[in-house]
Amino acid sequence: MDAIGTENTSKNVDSTHEGNENTSVEIKVLFFARARDVTGLTDMPLVVASGSTAENCLYELMSKFPSLKEISNCMVLALNEEYISESTIVKNGDELAIIPPISGG
Amino acid sequence: MESNGNEELSRIIDELKSLKTEKSNIEHRISALEAQLRKIKVKKDDEMPNSNGSCTSTVKSFVDSSFGHGLSPNMIYRYSRHLLLPSFGVQGQSNLVKSSILVVGAGGLGAPALLYLAACGVGRLGIVDHDIVELNNLHRQIIHTEAYIGWSKVESAAAACRSVNSTIQIVEHKEAFRTSNALEIMSKYDIVVDATDNVPSRYMINDCCVVLGKPLVSGAALGMEGQLTVYNYNGGPCYRCLFPVPPPTTACQRCSDSGVLGVVPGVIGCLQALEAIKIASVIGEPLSGRMLLFDALSARIRIVKLRERSSQCKACGENAALTQQQFQNFDYEKFTQSPLSTSPLKLNLLTPTARISSKEYSEKVAGREAHILVDVRPTHHYKIVSLPNSMNIPLPTLEDRLPEISSALKKEEERRGVNTGSSACLYVICRRGNDSQRAVECLHKMGLTSAKDIIGGLETWAHDVDPNFPTY
Ligand SMILES: [Zn+2]
Repeated sequence: MDAIGTENTSKNVDSTHEGNENTSVEIKVLFFARARDVTGLTDMPLVVASGSTAENCLYELMSKFPSLKEISNCMVLALNEEYISESTIVKNGDELAIIPPISGG
Repeated sequence: MESNGNEELSRIIDELKSLKTEKSNIEHRISALEAQLRKIKVKKDDEMPNSNGSCTSTVKSFVDSSFGHGLSPNMIYRYSRHLLLPSFGVQGQSNLVKSSILVVGAGGLGAPALLYLAACGVGRLGIVDHDIVELNNLHRQIIHTEAYIGWSKVESAAAACRSVNSTIQIVEHKEAFRTSNALEIMSKYDIVVDATDNVPSRYMINDCCVVLGKPLVSGAALGMEGQLTVYNYNGGPCYRCLFPVPPPTTACQRCSDSGVLGVVPGVIGCLQALEAIKIASVIGEPLSGRMLLFDALSARIRIVKLRERSSQCKACGENAALTQQQFQNFDYEKFTQSPLSTSPLKLNLLTPTARISSKEYSEKVAGREAHILVDVRPTHHYKIVSLPNSMNIPLPTLEDRLPEISSALKKEEERRGVNTGSSACLYVICRRGNDSQRAVECLHKMGLTSAKDIIGGLETWAHDVDPNFPTY
């Protein structure tokens, strides 16, 4: 995980630079399973301040959709189809996926 | 004339009925005998195994010594399309024939997984389930047929697998998978397929795989979505690495409550068979450390890279060292706050005076008692079937729509000309009698203290009052 973290951080040096000009970044949030049910959406754009972490994005989403809190402890968080920790910084155009487990069969 | 026609009609219906019963009895007898026959055949085959060198059959020893892969002429013909695959070939098939796979759950995921695993020639295939086949399973659990309704799923699935491939060994575990029997059952297999439908089973199967060091092919499906991963394999993460904290019970949904498009678990079950076959035959790149997300509506499949094994994991982490004893003592129902069995929740929130039975309610309707019936199910449930003159106010909207209930009560009182002093009654119903209790609690708090719930909901109504009322 550390390897990915470092990679993301190093990439972010450039985007932070760009971000300074815009002061905000727009990402696409993808909802799966229960997250889809509680938001009623499969995806949505989200604008956050540049330099925001995935955790910041989650807080933003939970203030929009308070019922997302119920799954906040039990989900996989992926940025551009790769697992990330909540401290990863998001860049313009990133895809943040919120994936709670399904248990049905 | 007409009475003659009616007589003939009922004679035909009666004869059809009795012939169908006879036919189904004969079919059951045939399949039971076939199963017996195959068991005897398998036993005989076991007595002369083709891979341990000391073969009693001259043909088999000829095959062994000539070709060195342990596949009999019959096997070569049956699996020829596998053998013709350069990337699979004799080595892949030979590995498969020697492998053993346990499928936990013979439902929507297990059905296609089992059929493919039986067909492809896995040496030993175990099936665990304690459920029986019901009519509302058949839209997705394609291994079961109408003739097996009311039979155990394991027997039904085993019979179907045997009819596809009588040369493999099929082991029936007709019991619930629990901490008390999990280690013993699972230890007899190389690979485990999780085809269950509930959260505690998923944690239990994961932990058991970690304790015994077995790869776990995990699939799940609900609504229009499916998920697939291989856990605890080649240093990859386990289920607990990803989800150390179980989801809250409000977030847990089952197909019996939320619905599922039949083919969705079918797709995931097929992919589970594929991953199990890859691991068993040692080909390709199993889906370890990655999760496949299937979205049926948008026809999209995404594969997300997962985290590595967590050193903090309670099951497989560095300091975890989960022992067999600890596993057996772990209370999975308590940990996940949900039951292992599929039996639906039965709440008991109200005092008996705040409840009436469906029979009592039917008497009140017959006695033309002034009342209002509120159905608190979701609207798409209400559209399936509902009681006459009920009003649909889904539970989450109840507080907001309280004025509607109050005005409906007033109208009913005026319409029935209820004497001043007494008032129209308020009854609440739902599918099984849980949400109706939650609704009555809520109504009491909001001042409608006369509200009562109909015990057991529409299911009990269908059972006790109107057998023709559809259930779902
Ligand atoms: Zn783990």
